[in-house]
Amino acid sequence: MSFFAALVDPSMPFVRNAFMASLLSSLLFGVLGSVVTVKRIAGLAGSISHAVLGGIGLALYLDARKIIPGLPPVVGALVFAIVAAALIGIVSLKAKQREDTVINAIWAIGMSIGIIFIAKTPGYADPMSYLFGNILLVTTTDLYLLAALDVVVIVLAWRFYPQIEASAFDEEFAQTRGVKTDWVFLVTLAVTAISVVLLQTFVGIVMVIAMLTLPTGVASYFSKNLKGMMFLSTAFSFVFSFAGLGLSWRLDLPSGATIVLVAGIAFLVVSAVRIKHKA
Amino acid sequence: MSHNVAIRFTDVGFSHREVVVLEHASFHVHAGEFVTLVGPNGAGKTTILRLILGLARPAYGSIEIFGVSPQSAMTEIGYVPQYMNYDPSFPISVAEVVRMGTLRGTSRDTMRIPLSSMADVLEKVGIADLTDRPYAALSGGQRRRVLVARALAGNPRILVLDEPTANMDRASEQLLFAALGKLKGETTILMATHDTGFVSALSDVVLCVGEREGAEHGILRHASVPEDRMSSNAADDQLARVLHDTELPDNACCCGADEVSDKPSVSQPEDGAGQGGGR
Repeated sequence: MSFFAALVDPSMPFVRNAFMASLLSSLLFGVLGSVVTVKRIAGLAGSISHAVLGGIGLALYLDARKIIPGLPPVVGALVFAIVAAALIGIVSLKAKQREDTVINAIWAIGMSIGIIFIAKTPGYADPMSYLFGNILLVTTTDLYLLAALDVVVIVLAWRFYPQIEASAFDEEFAQTRGVKTDWVFLVTLAVTAISVVLLQTFVGIVMVIAMLTLPTGVASYFSKNLKGMMFLSTAFSFVFSFAGLGLSWRLDLPSGATIVLVAGIAFLVVSAVRIKHKA
Repeated sequence: MSHNVAIRFTDVGFSHREVVVLEHASFHVHAGEFVTLVGPNGAGKTTILRLILGLARPAYGSIEIFGVSPQSAMTEIGYVPQYMNYDPSFPISVAEVVRMGTLRGTSRDTMRIPLSSMADVLEKVGIADLTDRPYAALSGGQRRRVLVARALAGNPRILVLDEPTANMDRASEQLLFAALGKLKGETTILMATHDTGFVSALSDVVLCVGEREGAEHGILRHASVPEDRMSSNAADDQLARVLHDTELPDNACCCGADEVSDKPSVSQPEDGAGQGGGR
C-alpha cells in the first residue's frame, strides 16, 4: 500500500496521527527553532533535550521497582527538563564564563543517569526508542497537547516579537529600551524545555534537537527577517517530516531517523550550494 | 541654548570587581550641548555611558538624567554602541534595525509604526537609499550610521555614542559627523573617544576621564575652542567643519585644567546649571 493510500485508509488511524503530528510539530519547530537559532542557544536546547533521558530512565525505574507505581516517564522527563533549564539559565546569567562546561556536563550527566536507570529497570526498555521515538505511536491526546503548545508558542511569539527580535539582535540595546532581556531568555528556555519533553515522547530526543535546528538552518539562507524565517522553517520542517514519513513507509525504515536524515541532507546540500555560489 | 541640566553626576563611585573605575566623580552636561568624553582605553568612558544608560548602578553618589534616575529615563536616551555582538547570519533589514529604536519595554507598538515613517531619520544620517537592504550586506561605516538612525528613531533627548569612529574610514567618519552636525543643538550629544588627538569641531565641551594627578578616577570638564582653528573658506560649510577638528594639547587630560582652557572648571560638586565650563 502506498503512503498516500495509507494516509486516507480508515483502518490506519496511526498514519493520519503521524501526519497530524508532523504538521503540528512543524509549527513548533519552525517558530521555536527560529528563536533558538537567532538567540544562538541551540547548544542549550540540545543539553536540555538530552538531560531529559535521565528523567525518563529514573521514572521507568521508580515505576518498575514499585517505588512510585504508575509514574509515567513524561513526568520524570518534565522534572529533568525544568531542572536542566533552570541550571543553564542561572549559569548563563550569573557565570557566563562557565556556560559551555555546565551545558556539556548537564548533557552528559543526564544521559548517563538515563542509561544507568534503564539498565537497572526490570524487564526490557530500549534507550533507542527514547532517542529516536516513534511518530507512528502518537495518540490523539498527544495531538491535543501539541496543538495547545502550538497556540502558546504562537501567541508568545506574536505578542513579544519586537522584544524577541531586539534581544536576539542586540541584547544591550534592547536593555536600554527597557526590555527585560533576562526574562526573554528564561521564558525561551522554559518553553524550549516543555516543548522538548512533549516532542520527545513521539519523535525522540535526537530528532527534537535536529528539527529545532536543521529546518531553520535551511530557512536562514532564504529569509529576509525573523518573521520570514519562522514561516519558512515551519514550511521546511513540514516538508522534511512529510517526506521522511513517506520514505520510511516505502523503504520500511525507522521514521524518526529517516526524517532527521532528510532534513540533514537538505541542510548540507543547500549549505554546499550557497557556499559554492559565494566562492 | 537652554541651561537645563541633562546629565548630572554627583560624587559618583564605581568599581568593577576589585578595580576602581570611578572615584568621587562629578560633572554635568547641559541640554543641547555636544560633549566629547575623552580618556585612554580602560579609563572608564564606557562605564560612564553604561551608568547614564541605566545598564549599571553606581556604588555611591547619584546620577540624574533630566532630574530623574537613569532607570526612569531609559527611553529618553538613544544609544549607539561601540561593539555589537552581531551575528552576520541574523536576517534583518536596515529599516527593521532602525525600527528597533522605537521599542519601549513590553509594548508591541513598534510593530505598528510603518517602516516608511522612519524615512526622515534615515535621511538625517544619509542612508535613505539603504532602507530595504539586509543589514549584513552593509559596510562597517554604513552599519554605524544605521545604529545612529536606530538611536534617533525613538526621538531621544540625549544621544550617547561610544567610540563611533572606531575602525571607520575617513569618508564614513565625515558622513557621520555631518549627520551629528545636523542634530547639534536640538539633541544633547555625548560621545566617547579614546583619541585625544582628534576631537570633533562640533564639541562644545570636553570631559577628560581618568589620568588626572591625585584623582586618577575623576573627570575634568573643559570648554573646547574649535572655532579659531577653522579656516575662513570652510566656515560656512557644515561638512567642512569636521575637517578642522580641535587637537587637544598633550597635557589636556593629565594636568590641571587651568593650562588648557580659558575659563575651565574642575568639576566638583558644584553650583549646577549656572556653571557652563567656560562657555
